[in-house]
Amino acid sequence: MSKSPEPFDRVIMAIIIKTTNLTKKFKDLVAVDDINLEIEEGECFGLLGPNGAGKTSIIRMITAVSPPTRGDIRVDGRELKKYPREVKAILGVIPQTDNLDEDLTVIQNLLTFARYFAIPREVAYQRSVEILHSMALEEKRNSKIDELSGGMKRRLLIGRGLVNAPKIIILDEPSIGLDPQARHMVWRKLRELKSQGITQLLCTQNMEEAARLCDRVAIIHQGRIIDIDTPQAFVTRYMSSRVWEIDVTSDEHDSIIRELESRQLEFEEFAGIIHVFPKDDSLLEGLPGVARAATLEDVFFKLTGRSLVE
Amino acid sequence: MRPFSWRFYRLWQRDRDVFFRLWHSEGAGAIIEPILILMAFGMGMGAFVGDIGDQRYIEFLAPGIIVAYAMFAASFECTYGSYFRMEHHYTFDAILATPLNVEDIAAGEIFWGATRAFMTGCIILAIAAAFQLVPSFWALLIPLVAALSGLMFASIALFFTSIVPSIYTFNFFFTLFITPMFLLSGVFFPLNRFPEIVQTLSWIAPLTPVAHLARGLFQGEFQPEMLLALGIIIVWIVVFFSITLVTMRRRLTK
Repeated sequence: MSKSPEPFDRVIMAIIIKTTNLTKKFKDLVAVDDINLEIEEGECFGLLGPNGAGKTSIIRMITAVSPPTRGDIRVDGRELKKYPREVKAILGVIPQTDNLDEDLTVIQNLLTFARYFAIPREVAYQRSVEILHSMALEEKRNSKIDELSGGMKRRLLIGRGLVNAPKIIILDEPSIGLDPQARHMVWRKLRELKSQGITQLLCTQNMEEAARLCDRVAIIHQGRIIDIDTPQAFVTRYMSSRVWEIDVTSDEHDSIIRELESRQLEFEEFAGIIHVFPKDDSLLEGLPGVARAATLEDVFFKLTGRSLVE
Repeated sequence: MRPFSWRFYRLWQRDRDVFFRLWHSEGAGAIIEPILILMAFGMGMGAFVGDIGDQRYIEFLAPGIIVAYAMFAASFECTYGSYFRMEHHYTFDAILATPLNVEDIAAGEIFWGATRAFMTGCIILAIAAAFQLVPSFWALLIPLVAALSGLMFASIALFFTSIVPSIYTFNFFFTLFITPMFLLSGVFFPLNRFPEIVQTLSWIAPLTPVAHLARGLFQGEFQPEMLLALGIIIVWIVVFFSITLVTMRRRLTK
């Protein structure tokens, strides 16, 4: 009997990371509140949320750095609590803070890291050379870490996360603080890794990054998952196709608000700009402003609110 | 308390590699200072001090200096050295993402601190031998005493590192703990001039048993006291090594 092809591809995908009732409390703060996640093998899964939403706490628990207050984590079929070493051996962790070993050169960083994973010397050397090549760092092979630019350091961090040929890579804000060129190079690299079948758990507050890279996104707010879906489905489910933006001056502000209310339009005001979410474009007739396509960012604001969270 | 595993060796290797890459920037100073002390106090001041028992002052001083500088080596490595790796370079955070656990990292740091003490002991002993200050072949065991005291002081130092709020707190560690021991634990003069009670109390300071043990081996004279000294050192090691595995886990995994 041959296996039937399609149509349930997604259904038969193996769950590679599973959290059950995952909770983390710090004194009187609940950083992560009863989170259940199922991440499928081979997908890029995004955790999207404002600062302090609990993204980093989730990642720290999944990488066995921080013990959960309650709940279970299973990675690749193993219970993390019982097998932290075995789980960490198949993870590639790429942190937000640069923690390259500044006492070592570029290639020594890779070789030393490989040694922590007990990778044989020859294999480690060969892999390190390949990584330097694919991250365009060959010329910096013997440089000190403080001689690298921000983009190079980030590439080396990603490369270092690959020395153990991980099944899963976990990335915390991989493109934060990078210039556009470096950012796009990082994104291209991550897409390449995904095409090699490596599962990615990506923690970000950059909407464009989430929309471009992630198959599915969980929007996290105040330690809870608000919703999980594909970036595209998020936009179609929560938004009208277009957003109408009105950049108002103070003297016409009140009259425009009155007009919007009388037409029963859904709108939000943020930083001096009114965002209108029309069900029907004909309702917009005669209003000043410009149309733009709705994005994941609009969904994000809608679900987590526009007020600054500190 | 969770046990550490053989993987501590990976961190030890890392520290070793870094040391031998950069040794010329910190290694030289660590050797010059004890030589200066031996010259200034041993030869210079020693000329006025006269003999202690039947030995020259510099012969009395040499074994004390060997273990005292072993203490300094281990203590600096596991205070400032470890603290920088932990809080400024985030080296431990990076390593925690690998199969090494907190306990492996703590043990690796302590064993590396002990290794520094051992190397310091070997070098100063060789210098003392070159000056023909070493009367007994038993002195060849002194680097082992240095390593043991390194294990003890590295454990105590890393314990302190695991609880300090900031790098400035190490000033207390050195001015209130390390320096008084350096001066008052029988390195520079025998303690038997002090009242009995002070002599007994001085054994609380961890350097005192180390100095006793080293001096006995240096002379090749064995007293029952030396077994007691060895026992005290081992107790210090077991206690602080274990506590540090716990406090380090508390500090690094929140």
